[in-house]
Amino acid sequence: MQPPAEHVHWMFATGFLLLGLLLLARAVVGEEVWRRRTWRAYLWPSLLFGLGVLMWPVMVFFTNSTIHLVAHGMWAQTMMVGGAAELGLLRGKLHNRAWQLAVPLALAVSGASLLIHEQNGWLFARAAFLHHIMGWTALVGAIFPLVAIVRPRSRVWGSGLALTLVVLAVFLYADRDVAPIFGHLSPLAGEPHR
Amino acid sequence: MSTQLIQERVAARSRTARARIIAALGPLTMLGGVAWAFLQPYRLTILHPHGEGFWWLFVQPPLLVIAVGVVFSLLIAPGLIEDLEAEEG
Repeated sequence: MQPPAEHVHWMFATGFLLLGLLLLARAVVGEEVWRRRTWRAYLWPSLLFGLGVLMWPVMVFFTNSTIHLVAHGMWAQTMMVGGAAELGLLRGKLHNRAWQLAVPLALAVSGASLLIHEQNGWLFARAAFLHHIMGWTALVGAIFPLVAIVRPRSRVWGSGLALTLVVLAVFLYADRDVAPIFGHLSPLAGEPHR
Repeated sequence: MSTQLIQERVAARSRTARARIIAALGPLTMLGGVAWAFLQPYRLTILHPHGEGFWWLFVQPPLLVIAVGVVFSLLIAPGLIEDLEAEEG
C-alpha cells in the first residue's frame, strides 16, 4: 500500500517545515541558549539525517528513470552527510571546522541535482516548474549557511537557511502528480488527476 | 541614567522580543495551516470523503502544517522560552 508520489512530497514538506522552524528558533535565541538542553542541540541535525535516511526508500520505490533515481539518491546522501557532519561537530567527534561546509554543500548539490535531473522546461507541468524553482532556491539558499560559518552570531544569515527550508516546504506542498502551472500543462505531461 | 543601565534595559527588551517571537512561531504556523484550509478546502480530504484510501485521509497538507505548529508550540517553545528567561535572570 504505497502512498501516491505527491503524498510523499507533502510528508517531506512537513519535515522541512519543522526543520525550518527549528533553525529559525535557533537563529532567534542564539546558539548558546539553543544548546542549553542537549537533546535540543541534536534535534535539527538528527531530523536532517533522518530525512536523508527516509529518502532511500523513496529512491527505491518511487523513481521511474535512472536520472530520477540518481537525483533522489543524491538528496538522500547530501541530507545524511549534512546531518551527520553537524552531529559529529556537536558531539566533538569532528574537529576540523571545514565540516561546517557540509550543510551549504548539501544544499548546493541538492539544488544542482534538482536542476540537472529536470529534463523539461519551466511551464511543462507543475512538477517541472517546482523542480526548477526549488533547484534555484536551494542553490541561492546555500549562500546563507555558507556566510553563517564566518558570521556565526548573525541572525540574518542564521535565519536565511531556516527561511530557505520553509520556502522549499511550501514548494513541496504545492506539488501534484500531474497538474498545470499558471494555466500551462503540456499535453505530453498526461491527464491532470484532479 | 548610566550607559550600563541603558544597555541592560535594551538587552532585556531585546530578549523579551525574542521570547515573543518564539512563542508566536507555533501559533503563526497553525494559523497558516488554518488559512490554507480555508483558501483551498479541497486539500482536506476529510471535508469530502468519497471512499479514499488510507493515505488520502492520513496526509492532508493543511492539517500537517497545523500539526507542525502544535508540535513546535508544545515541545520546543516552552523550554526555549524558559531558557531565554533563565539567561535574563
